[in-house]
Amino acid sequence: MWQVFVRWFHKWSSPKWFYEMSRPWSFWLGILAIALISIALVWGLAFSPMERVQGNSYRIIFLHVPAAFLSQAIYMTIAIAGAVGLIWRIKLAFYAAKQCIPIGMSMAVLALVTGAIWGKPTWGAWWVWDARLTSMLILLLLYLGLWALQNAMEREESGDRAAAILALVGVVNIPIIKFSVNWWNTLHQPATLKISTSAPMHVSMLIPLLLSILGFYVAFMALMLIRTRYEILSREKKAKWVQDEVRRLEVN
Amino acid sequence: MAFTSFSEFFAMGGHALYVWSSYGIGAAIILFNVVSPMRFKKRLIIEQKRRERREQA
Repeated sequence: MWQVFVRWFHKWSSPKWFYEMSRPWSFWLGILAIALISIALVWGLAFSPMERVQGNSYRIIFLHVPAAFLSQAIYMTIAIAGAVGLIWRIKLAFYAAKQCIPIGMSMAVLALVTGAIWGKPTWGAWWVWDARLTSMLILLLLYLGLWALQNAMEREESGDRAAAILALVGVVNIPIIKFSVNWWNTLHQPATLKISTSAPMHVSMLIPLLLSILGFYVAFMALMLIRTRYEILSREKKAKWVQDEVRRLEVN
Repeated sequence: MAFTSFSEFFAMGGHALYVWSSYGIGAAIILFNVVSPMRFKKRLIIEQKRRERREQA
């Protein structure tokens, strides 16, 4: 059983194998993501009812919450991939981790900017030094640090290792973001989505929010796959199959 | 439908500036995420051509 797993793991961690197997995935996941996000945002913008207290400004939630969730999920993906790369010396894990950084950073920016815009009509301020906002800003700074470390090194492999170590150290920030609204008396509202208690959100708002979150996750998977595939071509440029593949890409 | 007319939809009950600027930035970030892998692909092709030319010379 264990040996079957090890063999499977090694097969998948081979860049060439991964490149061939993932070929159709990014396309179909991309189509699915476009469909989900379009339905969710049109629904949220035009069909969901107005919120009693916040009026129409609450419609920012359909972008803000998915972006905030994803920025943290991508960070965890980078940390786990980095650990896999460091422990088992798997190049493919480092390639994926590297290509997650810009996606995660863009999501952290989107969460912070939409949060600031939403804060103005709701709290009367663009920014407050509240625990949730501050820990999200630290997440963005961690992404900037990852990006800088990854690209600062002469040898790409050194950048991989340095970024992986920073990613692992920075994981401590993720539970701080999650529990900041419970541990401190924050201006930021507590979690909207709760599994245990009866949903505090009406279904007409909840369904488009869940669809949007799902759409963002699927979009991330599609983007990560396509970017990791190109990263393989970039790093393994000396291999014959890679050179043939790049020539083939030019035609298509 | 939560709105009775298009003008009401665009006005967002006085919150137009906040809602539409958020969605505008959202669109820009999605566009960045779509365009950057395309540029990555282009760069791969250009760099390989450059290497091939150097080898021939």
